[in-house]
Amino acid sequence: MNAGLQRVGEWLEERLGWKAVQELIEHKEVPVHRHSIWYYFGGMTLFLFVVQVCTGILLLLYYRPSSETAFESVQFIMTEVQFGWLVRSIHSWSANLMIAAAFIHMFSTLFLRAFRKPREATWVSGALLLFLSLCFGFSGYLLPWNKLAFFATKVGTDIAGVVPLVGPFMMRFLRGGDEVTGATLTRFFGFHVAILPATATVLLSIHLYLVQKHGMSTPPSVNAETTTKMKFLPDFLLRDLVGWLAAVTVLAALAALFPWELGEKADPFAPAPAGIRPEWYFVFMFQTLKYIPSKILGMDGEVLGIAFFGVLGLLLVITPFISSEKRPGKISFLPIVGVGALLYIFILSALAYLR
Amino acid sequence: MWQLMLVMLIGAAAAQSGANPPASTCVQCHLEQEGSVQLPAKLAADDVHFRNGLSCHNCHGGDPTLGIDKGGPEDSMSKAKGYIGKPERKTIAKLCSSCHSNPVFMRRYNPKARVDQYAEYLTSVHGRKYEEGDKNVATCVDCHGAHGVKAVSNPTSPTYPTNVANTCAHCHANQNLMTAYGIPTNQLELWGKSVHGEALIKNRDISAPTCNSCHGNHGATPPGVDSVASVCGQCHVSQWDLFTQSPHKKAFADNQLPACASCHEHHGIQKTSDDMLGTEEKATCVACHDSGSKGFVAAAAMKSGIVALRDHLARSRELLEKAERAGMEVSRPLYDLSEGRDRLVLARVQVHRFDPSALNPVLDEGEKTARASEQAGWKALSDLAFRRKGLAVSVVILLFMIGLLLIKIRQLGRP
Repeated sequence: MNAGLQRVGEWLEERLGWKAVQELIEHKEVPVHRHSIWYYFGGMTLFLFVVQVCTGILLLLYYRPSSETAFESVQFIMTEVQFGWLVRSIHSWSANLMIAAAFIHMFSTLFLRAFRKPREATWVSGALLLFLSLCFGFSGYLLPWNKLAFFATKVGTDIAGVVPLVGPFMMRFLRGGDEVTGATLTRFFGFHVAILPATATVLLSIHLYLVQKHGMSTPPSVNAETTTKMKFLPDFLLRDLVGWLAAVTVLAALAALFPWELGEKADPFAPAPAGIRPEWYFVFMFQTLKYIPSKILGMDGEVLGIAFFGVLGLLLVITPFISSEKRPGKISFLPIVGVGALLYIFILSALAYLR
Repeated sequence: MWQLMLVMLIGAAAAQSGANPPASTCVQCHLEQEGSVQLPAKLAADDVHFRNGLSCHNCHGGDPTLGIDKGGPEDSMSKAKGYIGKPERKTIAKLCSSCHSNPVFMRRYNPKARVDQYAEYLTSVHGRKYEEGDKNVATCVDCHGAHGVKAVSNPTSPTYPTNVANTCAHCHANQNLMTAYGIPTNQLELWGKSVHGEALIKNRDISAPTCNSCHGNHGATPPGVDSVASVCGQCHVSQWDLFTQSPHKKAFADNQLPACASCHEHHGIQKTSDDMLGTEEKATCVACHDSGSKGFVAAAAMKSGIVALRDHLARSRELLEKAERAGMEVSRPLYDLSEGRDRLVLARVQVHRFDPSALNPVLDEGEKTARASEQAGWKALSDLAFRRKGLAVSVVILLFMIGLLLIKIRQLGRP
């Protein structure tokens, strides 16, 4: 029996060279220190992404992307399809948990300065993956074609239309016309299930390759030479598994106790519902735009607000190249900026939800 | 100064309507007077006649071009110039009709204006008594006003729908005036508390009926026993149609009972309820149908069918809402339930056929919807229970697996 397996292994090795991967995994080590907990959030984000892919594929079997059928098909999934309610609720909850995990992963990487040389490209690919997650959220939100999603998309694409020069084109490109219609739904469906997953696959492959290539970063406050290391396999992976199983437990509880609402079918001729606001991860930006005066120094306040977030996004992507770590001896503003950004997100979001 | 402004205002009002401002010295002169003589001139600014280019002399006669620059008030108000002064009460209707019954004249101001008011008035109780010389009955000016007459479409007009009841009550709530005619004076009070009065006064629904909707306006007459159903049927078409097919039509006519009003009252019509039907104390049916009679049995059968459907629909809604509050997707059965509600409303209308065999098919359709909704509600709650049990089992399994992993991690020891 063992001899048979060995022969199969040798046959595969001859053709695939899989022992290189096996050796890589066997030799992969993870530093153990007081900040090690944050290492798990990358794996958690990846796990939730896999949940998204699996549940998304299942939803695709029944979902029909048109303004006449989208709402009804989701209603059908929720009421008629065996465990359809579970799949859809897990997809929706997992999307939110994934974005939360991605934010935690990003901020922990920032505070632990894991973007330092030679991991700049890892950071850039990760930041782009975070933006891509937000795009997944924005495009997926419209797909049930309910009232809230319809008007949130209308407001969201209106904001895109304010961007100078390219705004009007972007808005029409996103909407597939001048207004949010069935054409927008079909377009968003295309983004959500084809363009974004394809882009995410490429970026994720690069990100994971770079993580393997450079290994786990040790924070500057920890001595990399003296710190203990644990084997990725089985020690770290087993701990990862505990986290993933805990995530599944949380997802199951959320799906069973708080199934994701379907709401009312979108009606383009109905007035916008009161208290309309985007998903929680966009709320701080939405609230900022509400507070900005219509004119600042003769310029359009909304345009300035969008430009402000555009610049912040760009700064986030190029953080490794502008961080004071590149210039030893200078005071680092990174922790102050990071904490400031976190406080800003929390306070603005809280203001929006408390009103 | 203010008098000059008022004269200008009157001129401007007439000019605004597109008509020529009346070249009248009447207004100018009367505004300079004191007391009640001044009032007609002050009211002229709002008067629909003035706004359409007519003036005092069109009703009172005389020559308004005489009086200030040439001649004096005695010339403009001389009998030689046709001045009649305050028209006699018995001539008012005739005087108004000299224009308002003239289609050629009225067409100039409104091609669709009706010109049959005087003819109708002569058929009314008011008109008939007026012709007999009764000076107390209402004539044109009592409802429309003499000076400052406003179009019916003007919300401040006494004949605007929301003001009609008060206008009528001006006389009809006056006990001194009504005693001679043997007419009660509580109509306004009753109507004000009725479903119709609330709709019109409280909800400002000007399609709701007021006095003239049932009694007519110029031809105001109490609807006779034989015409009550026709009056109500103008709005309550289905109920009237069913009533005319019912055995009650002949029975009511034979017993000189007014159709709708026998059960619903007339001025104090209240919102209907299922309590009006059946054999209980509050039911109107028992006023005529003795216990054990055919009508008594039919009333009991109709009541029990409607109450059963009403309660069944309520139970189904309660179940669905309970499931919805727990996060279950039940929007489709909730929507379907509105079909059952429609059947209940239809059944309540169908009651006016007073025939259980005509009511039962409607009730059956409603019951079918109520049953389907109830089943959907139970299924949703059963699914909810299944989900919670499934969650409990899953959590136990997952925690067990986590426990095994933690044991394994402990066995491997600290790195």
